Amino acid sequence: MSAAPDHIAEAPAADAAPLVEVEGLGRVFDLSKRWLNRILDGSGRVTLTAVDGVDISINRGETYALVGESGSGKSTIARMVVGLLPPTAGSVHIGGADIWAESGGVRQRQIRRRIQMIFQDPFASLNPRWRVGSIVAEPIKAFGLIADARDREARVGELLALVGLDPRDAGKFPHEFSGGQRQRIAIARALASEPEFIVCDEPTSALDVSVQAQVLNLLRELQERLGLTYLFISHNLAVVRHMATRVGVLYLGRLVEEAPARELFAAPKHPYTRMLLDAVPDIGMEGAERQSIAGEIPNPINPPAGCHFNPRCPYVMPHCKTTVPPLYQVGSAKVLCHLYADGVNAALPPLAR
Amino acid sequence: MTPTLSVRNLRVEIPTRHGALTAIDDLSFDIAPGEVLGVVGESGAGKSITGSAIIGLLDPPGRVAGGEILLGSQRIDNLSPAAMRGIRGNRIGMIFQDPLTSLNPLYRIGDQLTETILTHERLSPKAAADKAERLLIEVGIPAAGARLSSYPHQFSGGMRQRVVIALALAADPELIIADEPTTALDVSVQAQIIALLKRLCRDRGTSVMLITHDMGVIAETADRVCVLYAGRLAEIGAVRNVVKHPQHPYTRGLMAAIPSLIGDPDEKLEQIPGSMPRLGAIPDGCAFNPRCTFRFDRCPAERPGIYETSASRASCFLLDPTGKPPPAETAARAVAAGIEVRAVPAGASL
Repeated sequence: MSAAPDHIAEAPAADAAPLVEVEGLGRVFDLSKRWLNRILDGSGRVTLTAVDGVDISINRGETYALVGESGSGKSTIARMVVGLLPPTAGSVHIGGADIWAESGGVRQRQIRRRIQMIFQDPFASLNPRWRVGSIVAEPIKAFGLIADARDREARVGELLALVGLDPRDAGKFPHEFSGGQRQRIAIARALASEPEFIVCDEPTSALDVSVQAQVLNLLRELQERLGLTYLFISHNLAVVRHMATRVGVLYLGRLVEEAPARELFAAPKHPYTRMLLDAVPDIGMEGAERQSIAGEIPNPINPPAGCHFNPRCPYVMPHCKTTVPPLYQVGSAKVLCHLYADGVNAALPPLAR
Repeated sequence: MTPTLSVRNLRVEIPTRHGALTAIDDLSFDIAPGEVLGVVGESGAGKSITGSAIIGLLDPPGRVAGGEILLGSQRIDNLSPAAMRGIRGNRIGMIFQDPLTSLNPLYRIGDQLTETILTHERLSPKAAADKAERLLIEVGIPAAGARLSSYPHQFSGGMRQRVVIALALAADPELIIADEPTTALDVSVQAQIIALLKRLCRDRGTSVMLITHDMGVIAETADRVCVLYAGRLAEIGAVRNVVKHPQHPYTRGLMAAIPSLIGDPDEKLEQIPGSMPRLGAIPDGCAFNPRCTFRFDRCPAERPGIYETSASRASCFLLDPTGKPPPAETAARAVAAGIEVRAVPAGASL
C-alpha cells in the first residue's frame, strides 16, 4: 500500500518519508492442543488470526490512532510494532530500518532505542521495588547513553520535571504516587532513551477522568516540544478524537477504515465505524437514544467468511458473505467495504447525530 | 409518596490501627419509585462503598457508623445478617461489573435462575423453570429454552451480563443496585445493555441506583445524578442540569475534563490539578479546596453545608447566601463559569 500523506496538513514537512511503515502485518496464534493429544482426540489444528494483513504508515510528528473493540487486534499490533512480539507475516520499518530483520546486535539496539511504549496500567508497569530514579534511569543505562552517574541523575531530574513531577521524587517508590503520577513516571521512562516514536497502549484507560485530562494534555504538550510521533491505541473514541491526526479502525484483525481524524468523525464511511460512533454514550447528547446495534464481535477463532462484519451489517449484500472487499480509496479515506465499489456511496443514510 | 430508598446522614467508617477512616461522611439522598439515580465519582469517592452499605455487604472491618438507610418505610441498616439475606435478591437486586464473578461457573444458567426464584418464591420446580425461561426471553437471549442448560462460559460477555440482569430481576425487586454494569463490556454491547436495563426498569417500575464513573452512561440513563467526592456529596440534581449547568466547582471541572465527540478536538482539555485525597488525608474544611480554583479563606476553615440553587443542590460556599462571601474577583470568575453565586461580596453587583 502506498502512503498517501498529502492530506495531512499538520505533519512537519522536514522528512517526507513516513517514520513508521507497517506492511502486510499479520499474526496468527496457534491454539492447537499438543500433537499427541491431537492424534489421540483426532482434532485438528486450531489457529486464531489476530491481525490480518494490516498496512499502516505514520508520518513524523503525527498521532496515528488505532481504535477497535476487544479482540480487534489493536494491542497485538502495538506489540509487534515495538518489537515485543514477532509477526507471522509482513514487516515493520522504522525510519527505513526493518525492526524484525536483524535479531540482536548493535544495529537492532539502535533501532529499538528510537521506539518506546507506554502501557495501560501504571500499577503493573513500574517495578514496585525500584526507586523512581532507577526506573527512569534504566533505559539510559541500558542503551549506554550517559556514562557518568551524576550526569545521569541530572538527566533523570530533567525528565521528571518535563512530565510535571518534582526532581526530588526520584528518591521515592512507585507506591507513594497516585495513578496519574505513576503514568507520568512511565512517560518519563519512555522519554529517557530519547525516542522518536512512542506507542501508547490505552494510556489513560486505568485513570480517572480528571487525571486522564492531565495525562492527555501532557502527551500533546510533549509531542509539540519534542516532535514525537505517536501510535495511540484506545477503545475510547472521544479520547481518540481529541488526540489523533489520523485514525485506523480495526475489526477482527482487519483495518476496515482509515481516514484523517476530522473526516472520520464528521463522515464515517464503513458501517462498523458508523455503528461505533452511534454507540458512544456522550454527555453532549442530552438523553438522545443511542442507535441499538445487533450482535457482538464473533469468535475470532472462527470469523465469518467474506467481510467479517457481514452478520452485523445493516447493508449486507450477498457477495459480502463470500468475498473479502478490497480497500477502496474514497476521498482521503480508505474503506474496506463493498458498498464503495463505485466510489462514494450515497445510499447510506445520514448519522443519527 | 414514600421513596423506594432513603439514605439519611450515612456515615461509613473503616477502623484501622491509626484510628477510624471515614469512607462516607454525612451522605443523604432518596430514590423515588421508578427513578434511576446515577451515582458518579472518581476512584476513591465512595460510590461502591455506598452501594455495599445499602445491601449490608460492607467489607469488614468497614461498618455503618451513623445515619440510617430506609427501604420503603423499613429501616434496613440495623437488621441481622439473616434478615438482610431475606432482603438482598428479594427486594434489592444487584448487578456487578464483572458478570463472570456473579455467576457460578460450575452450575448451568437455568439452575442458577431457578434456585434464585425458588429462594424467594413458593413455586413448583416446573413453574420456576418456566419463569426462568421467560426471564431469559425478556432480557433478549436468543433460543432461551435451549440456553437454560448452558454454562456461563458458553455465553459471550454481553450475554452473560444479560443473564445477570435476569438474575437480579428474578424476584421482582423494588430496587436494583447496578455497580459499573457496563464497564467490562465493549461500547457496542454497552449500548445494548443500557437500553435493556432502562426498558426493563421502566416497564416494571423498578428503581435503580446506577453506580458508574462514566458520565456518558449517566447522561443517557439516569433521571437524577449524585456526584460524590472523597465520601461526601458534592452535588445532586436532575441529570440535564448537572451536566449542562454544574454548580459545584468539582462537577464543573469533571465535565470540562471529559473529551467529547462534539466541540473542537484541538482545544486543550480542562484539567483539575492534583488528584482525589486518600481517606486518611482528607483536607480540613471543604474536601475539594486544595484543588479548587475558586477557593477563598472560608473553604479550608469550615465544612460547607448543602445549598439549593435553581439547577441542583451542591455543597460549596459560593452558593451559601449567608456567611462570609468570597472576594469580588473570585465571585466574578465563578459567575462567568456559570455558577449561581449566592454569597455576594459586599458592595459588588453581579
